Amino acid sequence: MSAAGLDYRFLKLGGVDIEVGMRGTGSPVLILAGEEQLENELPLIGDLAARHQVVVPSAPGFGKSARPDWMTSPDDIAYLYLDLIDAMSLKGVAVVGFSLGGWIAAEMAVKNDSAISKLVLVDPYGVKIGGPFDVDIQDIWTSHPDKIAALKWHDPEKGKRDFTRMSDDELSIVARNIESFARFCWDPYMHDPKLKQRLHRIKASTLFIWGENDGIVTPAYGKAYAGLVPGAKFASIAEAGHYPHIEQPTAFKKILTEFIG
Amino acid sequence: MQAWHFTEMPYPHLPPLEELSTMRVSLANKHFDPKIGADLYNRYLDEYMIADELGLNLLLNEHHQTATCIDVAAPLSAAVLARQTSRGRICILGNPVANRGDPLRIAEEMAMIDCISRGRLDVGFVRGVPYEIFAANTNPTQTVERLWEGIDLVTKAWTTTDGPFNFEGRFTHRRAINLWPRPYQTPHPAVWITGSSDLDNIKRAAARGFVFATFLQPHAKVKWMFDGYRSAFMDTGLPGGGGTAYMPLVFTADSDAEAEAGARELTWYLDAKSEPQYRNPPGYVPVEFNVQALKGAFAGRTEAMRKQSIEFLKDQGVLIYGKPDDVAKQIHRLYDLVGGFDNLLMMQQAGYMSHERTVRSMTLFAKEVYPQVRDLARTKPLNEKAAAE
Repeated sequence: MSAAGLDYRFLKLGGVDIEVGMRGTGSPVLILAGEEQLENELPLIGDLAARHQVVVPSAPGFGKSARPDWMTSPDDIAYLYLDLIDAMSLKGVAVVGFSLGGWIAAEMAVKNDSAISKLVLVDPYGVKIGGPFDVDIQDIWTSHPDKIAALKWHDPEKGKRDFTRMSDDELSIVARNIESFARFCWDPYMHDPKLKQRLHRIKASTLFIWGENDGIVTPAYGKAYAGLVPGAKFASIAEAGHYPHIEQPTAFKKILTEFIG
Repeated sequence: MQAWHFTEMPYPHLPPLEELSTMRVSLANKHFDPKIGADLYNRYLDEYMIADELGLNLLLNEHHQTATCIDVAAPLSAAVLARQTSRGRICILGNPVANRGDPLRIAEEMAMIDCISRGRLDVGFVRGVPYEIFAANTNPTQTVERLWEGIDLVTKAWTTTDGPFNFEGRFTHRRAINLWPRPYQTPHPAVWITGSSDLDNIKRAAARGFVFATFLQPHAKVKWMFDGYRSAFMDTGLPGGGGTAYMPLVFTADSDAEAEAGARELTWYLDAKSEPQYRNPPGYVPVEFNVQALKGAFAGRTEAMRKQSIEFLKDQGVLIYGKPDDVAKQIHRLYDLVGGFDNLLMMQQAGYMSHERTVRSMTLFAKEVYPQVRDLARTKPLNEKAAAE
């Protein structure tokens, strides 16, 4: 049981041991966490669990999920999560993906969205909009950590984590998440060159939610991304960066609840 | 013991270091003056030719996008020296096979240099230091696997003499592989591997008979790694036997005062600045190391030697300096402390050290120190069965 009340268990999907947090009953909501897995401990989980079956898997190499060598891209993770939907016999799922999780959600939906009722993508990566010399997504791996914090957060103080207060087990997960993020997203950097050409396949009702001050992937990038998904809506949240659900939880909850019920 | 001359071919003519946030990866190349660069390339190659005449072997390496090393293609400098020298062995330490991404091109280049030099080439392979990840854009979580797949393919290509074969590995797919030329040496040039803590890697090198080399580490850690190498004969049941190599900074002088001045110039290399995001790219070291890094207890492998006194570095065997007899004594001490080693890789030039000072140091070493250390016994495996073979 975590602080957000998630009950963790392991499921074998496609031969890979995947950690899945679960809570609540009702229509299913699949939460695909971002690369830092900050979502797993949010009050949002408990709020949703009051009326939904909330399912929060850890991607391969994240949390305590295994990461086989053959998995190298978010595309691979998307197939695994489609296996998860099948394994749990989920129907009419609302998939809510944050950052990297949003990219994975888009990869799932272009493959098969027959079990997906709603798709919510929160400041996702995944496509390249401009040309070869355009920086669509700020390079988080060649910039000074202070600069990255300033780009990622409206208020960088909110992004500070005190690693000296964490146990070795907790730090191992932080370190695994940092490593696996690079494994899946290093090159091509934060995008799948094919995804842009496949987004037209999405039939699920789709909402993009974006932090107005996100400097990693800007609202302009988000609007161009949303324009590639048939009928997608776009909502922005003021005084929020890359994680609007953390910086402005009330505004975020209102928009999300209106969309998924 | 074999002694090797080495310079990283630095470009030291930079603005004051206090004004720079980094000398690696992102230092704008407006600070590189091609006319000064031309002088430096020719000067460093001249020094290798002098080292050859003095009876030393020649060690080369490469780095990218850094003022610490403007040799960006060790096969090019090795090719120059293959023609312009005639005695010493030439070792590239090493080919960054994980970062170059085309193992067969390396196999071809090495075979060609081996032929031009008439079999004087040793071929090192390196995983590449963390900074190199960015210039090559290699996935930092897979460099060890890329290194070993590349080595397997290169050695297979060198030793396959009866026509083409195909290769479909994890990182490289090639068809109709058929090297022309093949190496001068049979079955192939000696292979060297570097490492700084990964025992599995060290044992794998031992099992294949590769030379294992490590740089600028405290002597206790060098002994731990060399013992790991020597004991791997027992663990694997394979003969191995390539030998060990260690690189300190080395400066030999006519007086103690001159020795100390030269030693201080060599430590320029240890003070090379970099920005934090380049020092430990994600997944370059294992999760256990990064747990320590998150706690602030591990700042990258080269950081440990930064900003230490020259006396401390001397005690650790990282910096060897003095008059010829003192230098010989320090090498004997280091040899005993690490359980013996076979190749002394000497960084004899760094930073602003002048041509005259460099040549005087290497001349004193060759004439007065080398005779005192050359006959140090080759080291043996730790287990008796392999030693008897």
